[in-house]
Amino acid sequence: MGNADCIVIQGSNMAECHPVGFQWVAEAKARGARVIHVDPRFTRTTAVADRHVPIRAGSDIVLLGALINHVLSNGLWFDEYVKAFTNAATVINDAYGDPEDLEGLFSGFDAETGAYDPASWAYAKADGSGEPAEPGEESQQDPTLQHPNCVFQILRRHYARYTPEMVTEACGISAEDFAFLADTVTENSGRERTTCFAYAVGWTQHSQGAQYIRTASILQLLLGNMGRPGGGIMALRGHATIQGSTDIPTLFNLLPGYLPMPKAGVHDTLEDYLDSVGTKDQKGFWANADAYTVSLLKAWWGDAATEDNDFAYDNLPRLTGPHGTYQTVMRMLDDEVDGFFILGQNPAVGSANGRMQRRGMSHLKWLVVRDFSLIESATWWKDGPEIESGEMRTEDIDTEVFFMPAANHTEKAGSFTQTQRMVQWRHQAVHPPDDATSELQFFHDLGLRIRERLADSGDPRDRPLLDLTWDYPVDEDGEPDPESVLAEINGRHLTGEAAGEPLSAFTQMRADGSTSGGCWIYSGIYADGVNHAARRKPGREQDEVASEWAWAWPANRRILYNRASADAEGQPWSERKKYMWWDAEAGKWSGKDVSDFPADRAPDAVPDRSLGGPEALTGTDAFIMQPDGKAWLFAPTGMIDGPLPTHYEAQESPVENPLYPQQQSPSRITFARDDNLSAPSAGHAGAGVYPYVFTTYRLTEHHTAGGMSRWLPYLSELQPEMFCEVSPQLAAERGLEPYGWATLVSPRAVIEARVLITRRMMPLTVAGNTVHQIGLPYHWAVGREAVITGDSANDLIGISLDPNVQIQDSKTGSCDIIPGRRPRGAEAQRLVDEYIERSGASVEAEARRISAPGVREGTETPLDEAHPQEGDPAEAGESHALRAEQDAGDHRKRTPREDQR
Amino acid sequence: MARFTPLEWPVLRQFRTGDATGRGPSVTSERTRTMRPRTEDADRVAQSVCPYCAVGCGQLVYAKDDKVIQIEGDPDSPVSRGRLCPKGAASEQLVNSTGRQTTVLYRAPKAKDWQSLDLDTAMDMIADRFLEARRNHWEDVDEAGRPLNRTMGIASLGGATLDNEENYLIKKLFTAAGSVQIENQARI
Repeated sequence: MGNADCIVIQGSNMAECHPVGFQWVAEAKARGARVIHVDPRFTRTTAVADRHVPIRAGSDIVLLGALINHVLSNGLWFDEYVKAFTNAATVINDAYGDPEDLEGLFSGFDAETGAYDPASWAYAKADGSGEPAEPGEESQQDPTLQHPNCVFQILRRHYARYTPEMVTEACGISAEDFAFLADTVTENSGRERTTCFAYAVGWTQHSQGAQYIRTASILQLLLGNMGRPGGGIMALRGHATIQGSTDIPTLFNLLPGYLPMPKAGVHDTLEDYLDSVGTKDQKGFWANADAYTVSLLKAWWGDAATEDNDFAYDNLPRLTGPHGTYQTVMRMLDDEVDGFFILGQNPAVGSANGRMQRRGMSHLKWLVVRDFSLIESATWWKDGPEIESGEMRTEDIDTEVFFMPAANHTEKAGSFTQTQRMVQWRHQAVHPPDDATSELQFFHDLGLRIRERLADSGDPRDRPLLDLTWDYPVDEDGEPDPESVLAEINGRHLTGEAAGEPLSAFTQMRADGSTSGGCWIYSGIYADGVNHAARRKPGREQDEVASEWAWAWPANRRILYNRASADAEGQPWSERKKYMWWDAEAGKWSGKDVSDFPADRAPDAVPDRSLGGPEALTGTDAFIMQPDGKAWLFAPTGMIDGPLPTHYEAQESPVENPLYPQQQSPSRITFARDDNLSAPSAGHAGAGVYPYVFTTYRLTEHHTAGGMSRWLPYLSELQPEMFCEVSPQLAAERGLEPYGWATLVSPRAVIEARVLITRRMMPLTVAGNTVHQIGLPYHWAVGREAVITGDSANDLIGISLDPNVQIQDSKTGSCDIIPGRRPRGAEAQRLVDEYIERSGASVEAEARRISAPGVREGTETPLDEAHPQEGDPAEAGESHALRAEQDAGDHRKRTPREDQR
Repeated sequence: MARFTPLEWPVLRQFRTGDATGRGPSVTSERTRTMRPRTEDADRVAQSVCPYCAVGCGQLVYAKDDKVIQIEGDPDSPVSRGRLCPKGAASEQLVNSTGRQTTVLYRAPKAKDWQSLDLDTAMDMIADRFLEARRNHWEDVDEAGRPLNRTMGIASLGGATLDNEENYLIKKLFTAAGSVQIENQARI
């Protein structure tokens, strides 16, 4: 970021949440870079930015889409970059239908299941027939970018309605602010200059969060800012190794190295699985998925994984749908989960809809909490909000709870992967006290005990546990050697002369069982038996890339796709932005970093396409993981909710979608239950009952749900109390007193907070109406153990999810705010219920996903099937919201303000 | 207070130490002169990484007699260049907090309070419950007869503050046990 000429921070309060990383923004600014902060609030980041662009939470795709439109309409794209490295020239098959023509939906929507079939988004066959091409097959190209169905032209049409006027109407951003942003970004992109975007959970925590990031990717590709110094899109992740915990995932849908968990019916055999992850005839490194998968299976099941048994592929359990943390909570509430491990996490406070989280845990048979202190997820049964209110009684709760003390970061050795994929080793300073153990020791020990109990079992379902490689050396305290685990992750040669030696790169992995490796992208971290994550050559003794400090995956590359830092001929785009280049004399790529490209592939190379894999990459196929070697402006596969980002309103919104008749993302995931109701959207009767937008955020002095900050006296003293930030105008409208109490009500909960009245919160004018936004930090919780306590903002939030990644829509919600403290005891729930009744929110309304009145064309199923028919039991509740929605035509012109009392 | 000597007369002291501006050694107090960094007592310094956000700031953990006495920023780190934010700077309290619970606690069904439990016993109880829950909710095949080989009786949440090596063992053990509901802050 220090090399950027312009930094746009959007969906992040970087100065507050990543203060030490922010020094690089400050450094860029000191060198003359422009810093723009796009955010609903004026924050510590805004305070040092060149310009604050206030935005309505949940409208980012409109703004970014308008920047794309601005670039395309004014000839501002980086033509050589776009033609060389993106799929702009690729033609899409004739069956594709855009939201432009389908009332806001893409072709392929099945109204019954609420899911898209992406078949109609495929590339067109190379023969010009307009028929869809098979994955990995050669596709039709139009290098002139004129074909009406080429990606470039589709982009133009798709974003044509994302105008500056629309930005003002939907985002509440002035024409002047938009012009400043558009001019600054485009003036600081090109050969000589680069612009960087930075985001955090302000982009991810939406029902289309993945599409927010895609929109920025499209813009950055059109401007030629990917794979170059000072460019890119920086994901500012919030936990020490949240990057590592997706690389080596504790996630339901992934195996290490972003290999998918197998799904029943899709991946029934190893062959099915490998064909779906990456075929041998596609370009790029996913074509070698067989080598990565077999090496993983060999790492886990050793000699029991043989060619004859498909390397024990059937030892892997199968998915039958999303089994994410929120789906699991629903199953807990239905008594379908017996036991739950919580490992350095505090879902009673940190997850959406806290009441459902705590009630879900009360249905468990047993719960294991591993943490440093008695966090609320360990004590909800004795002092949680539901105990306080009388909703649950301790003596009725059957859940057994084990609190297992955990070792902290100084008491164990191991690696964290920070936000730029850099894996850093921590050395152990001291031993853990008393019973405290590392997770490494706890799970190693648990595994030993489980295997001991099953040792005599003849049941085939126990084979995967008994055959598991589980022989890590332990020290005198029973702590397994973490380097031995790192070595397994890195992988080994299993046969031949090098048998037993560590792999030095993932390219050494083989699909014949002759190598092992627990996470292919980490292969090389233990090359030559050296722990490269522990390298500590001081930064001041190195250049700015600092490639001898720790190790970045893959292959110690610091900038991904860095082939794109040079032009099609392999020469740097400019002297100023020189990073990697083709050294014709030496016949290889050289530069400041490890080349993210086959090292000896000349820029003009055009290998035989039928070779498949990395061998088939041409000299300009810089995006080496893509099956066509190109960066995808248009995503023919991989996205569940559409090949191009399209603006929909959040699950709860005081604004009618100004772009399409379809209000919310049609493929969002909702849970229609009476403990998870949504506020009616704009245009529906009752929308005015929860008239204000709330958005949640972090403070520097606290860490997420507070487990690592509310028990520390210093940090507790610095930020002692839960508060809400409101504008002076909203305070006047609702009679809120400075530093007095306010009560906030959503359809899920009622909480209280101290009132901070500040001009940092600015009412926005959106579609002619005033939208007030309320800011809520979410670090506090009801309990008795922490140094400081307070109500939890996440209790207000409902659960609806992005269908791509199953992340909750928690950055925008609807609420009411009134002066004074909240009611206590049973009165609290009565207040919530009274609001719900007044708003007409109901399970029936929740279950409806389509609001575009005439969507038929291009859908798999006639739309009527999605609408409850007359007499349908789903309609029996006769909710106001439902009837209002059926009369959508009449109500579309109504504004949220008119709905208010 | 040290015994007064004429040499400590401020003007003489300023001349004697060559402190022309009078803002250097000539005006330091006894207390300042004898002040020593608390890191000086350390018998061990471990290079570490801050456990809070994902910037990955370098930390130097100073320990004496197997106890952490101070945590400071690591000036060698090219990421953080020695800096720490309020959380990182307070992380010594994370280690030594009086609110830390370092022994095993157990809450029986319907019980109103915790009881103590020996670590070994707790591990055995968890292992027994793990296998029982695994058995109770085992699924061999789906309704179409396709293999599932899984249990839906056990779930897990956490990992974004754990080590890569720890997440690796967690995923490996749970997957081998057939448990698929393994989740992480990264989803949240």
